Amino acid sequence: MSGSRELILGRVRRALADVPEDETPYEQAVPRDYGERHGERTPAETVDLLAENLADYRAIVHRTNAPGLPSVLAGLLAARGARTVLVPAGLPSHWLTGVEQVADRAESTPYELDRVDSVVTGCAVAIAETGTLVLDGSPDQGRPRITLVPDHHICVVRVPDQVVSSVPQALRRLTPTRPMTWISGPSATSDIELERVEGVHGPRTLEVVLMSEA
Amino acid sequence: MSGTFLGMPAFPEAARKAVADETLRGNLRHATHTIRAKRARAVSELSDWAALREAGKRIKDHTLRHLDRYLIQLEEAVTAAGGTVHWAADAHEANRIVAELVKATGESEVVKVKSMATQEIGLNEALEAEGIRAYETDLAELIVQLGGDRPSHILVPAIHRNRGEIRDIFRSRMGAWGRPAPEDLTDSPAELAEAARRHLREKFLRAKVAVSGANFMVAETGTLVVVESEGNGRMCLTLPETLISVVGIEKIVPTWRDLEVFLQTLPRSSTAERMNPYTSMWTGTTGSGTADVPRAFHLVLLDNGRTDTLADQVGRQALRCIRCSACLNVCPVYERAGGHAYGSVYPGPIGAILSPQLRGTGSEIDASLPYASSLCGACYDVCPVAIDIPEVLVHLRERVVEGGPVTRAGNKVVLKPAKGHAAERAVMRAARWAFSHPGALRAGQRLASRSRRFHPRTLPGPGRAWSASRDLPALPAEPFRDWWQRTHGGKEAR
Ligand code: SF4
Repeated sequence: MSGSRELILGRVRRALADVPEDETPYEQAVPRDYGERHGERTPAETVDLLAENLADYRAIVHRTNAPGLPSVLAGLLAARGARTVLVPAGLPSHWLTGVEQVADRAESTPYELDRVDSVVTGCAVAIAETGTLVLDGSPDQGRPRITLVPDHHICVVRVPDQVVSSVPQALRRLTPTRPMTWISGPSATSDIELERVEGVHGPRTLEVVLMSEA
Repeated sequence: MSGTFLGMPAFPEAARKAVADETLRGNLRHATHTIRAKRARAVSELSDWAALREAGKRIKDHTLRHLDRYLIQLEEAVTAAGGTVHWAADAHEANRIVAELVKATGESEVVKVKSMATQEIGLNEALEAEGIRAYETDLAELIVQLGGDRPSHILVPAIHRNRGEIRDIFRSRMGAWGRPAPEDLTDSPAELAEAARRHLREKFLRAKVAVSGANFMVAETGTLVVVESEGNGRMCLTLPETLISVVGIEKIVPTWRDLEVFLQTLPRSSTAERMNPYTSMWTGTTGSGTADVPRAFHLVLLDNGRTDTLADQVGRQALRCIRCSACLNVCPVYERAGGHAYGSVYPGPIGAILSPQLRGTGSEIDASLPYASSLCGACYDVCPVAIDIPEVLVHLRERVVEGGPVTRAGNKVVLKPAKGHAAERAVMRAARWAFSHPGALRAGQRLASRSRRFHPRTLPGPGRAWSASRDLPALPAEPFRDWWQRTHGGKEAR
């Protein structure tokens, strides 16, 4: 094992014999004159763009405020006919009412998750320009697998606080070492004659609730 | 050598067969044109595309020029995060490492997420020989695997199959691999996808070991990134207990921040989306227990010709490739010849410069690949890391024809000129093929006059002799197409 380590590193060093010792260091070697974001927007306009791009990639977008959230969630779950809902440990308990809640436990098997109808989570950050939700496994989001196995995912985004304009801004807010899932619309494939089909393995329905404070 | 498609005819023969295949050509034209148009729209949304492209190029160049340092930094970070790093000098060693890791878990099957590196090394076949079954889980890869055939496009590997063929493959073959397709399966893409979902879900839920590649590895944090659409990647990366990732050593970026460039350029350039549906990031086994990262993580760093490529000062830029497949979709030769003609897992323009460097030009197919191009330059224009593919092609042509120093398996050797051996004939046929198919040239030629600074007047090597007698026109003065119209009366050999 270690034999090949030295072998490969040796090959690399010989291959790079032409690279001078004093080459431009990383900090100066990469020009960063691309944009920090694309376009000027107020926070409200940024939220609108998020909603637009989410919908463009076929997520279903709803808007409400904090007091209205429980009834919106109850309505969405009822409309779907969901009998059981998977709930990450840190999800505010007053968000869900009148539906059987299944706790996300470390020992629950993929088979158990497969039997749950829906899952409700928060998110870490949402990116307006790309219509992306980033989940980083925080307590209100739970383990990555719980938003993967059930067929219906409702994600609550606190607006405007959790919304950024661009990918560079999102990366700056995130902690690299947390296990992360970036979600942009429901799972999709175009593998058969380039015809788009939603929901190959992830949830086939992605609903996003944009929740303002008041 | 592993990774070659055994018995593969040289490019011109394979291309001739492909051109005669109507399904393949129709599918390819539809696919490449559709993706091309969508991509142009997605790219035009970003006013700073040129700056992102330049940054991407510089990040990759800088990394490659200090690859030893970044490899060590990555190894330290992955190890500190609970992962185990293995080094594989060639395909054989990588396959052996993976097989041993799988056996150590006591399992005899693995789920796989699409990875070009594992296709390159022929991992599935190697595991099969060790009694381990590898299940491909990407829809297109599943179609290819069930159909017992080869991928033909980086992004849409089963593009050579139409829906009727896919239904037939699912009906007749799924049962032998697991959950059978329903009796009354039709050829609607939604139904076919549903059949695949059910067939594969059974495998995901019981899988204990997964094998993946990675799009990026961040040296400073040890974070790996997988970009995908279907969710099979997420299934493989989170459900199993053991994860083995086989990744080429060139996939490193120095910092977390560098992802801000590639996570903007890759999805738009590849699937023409603002962002692909799913991107997964994990750092060793950090978070296992609370989050569900696999409990054991193994990273196999693969050389397999990459250091040889790195040793070539002109050719090394091919290692910047982020496998977006944009160059395939604009290539007039690819559109007509199809992916299989390139005889490697890397088709299209990038394959024409990568395969002969990774594998050497010892075989007829590899010697002829640098000729599988009309040098129109469209590939360079769309490449999100600005690889000058025509420049490398010409460089490799000279190498094939005139011989010269190259590095093979870490050793400097001097290549004999192709003159007089089998490669020369293959090369001549390839050159002739490209130039006797004006349809393959037309699409790109006008682009060339506008955008290329690189306009060879004659073909180097045997092409030179050939083009001298055929009066190859100077491109800017008279596009090939017009010359053909004038000299052949507009009759196209199709
Ligand atoms: S060579 Fe450039 S355009 Fe082609 S696949 Fe690689 S990154 Fe994409």
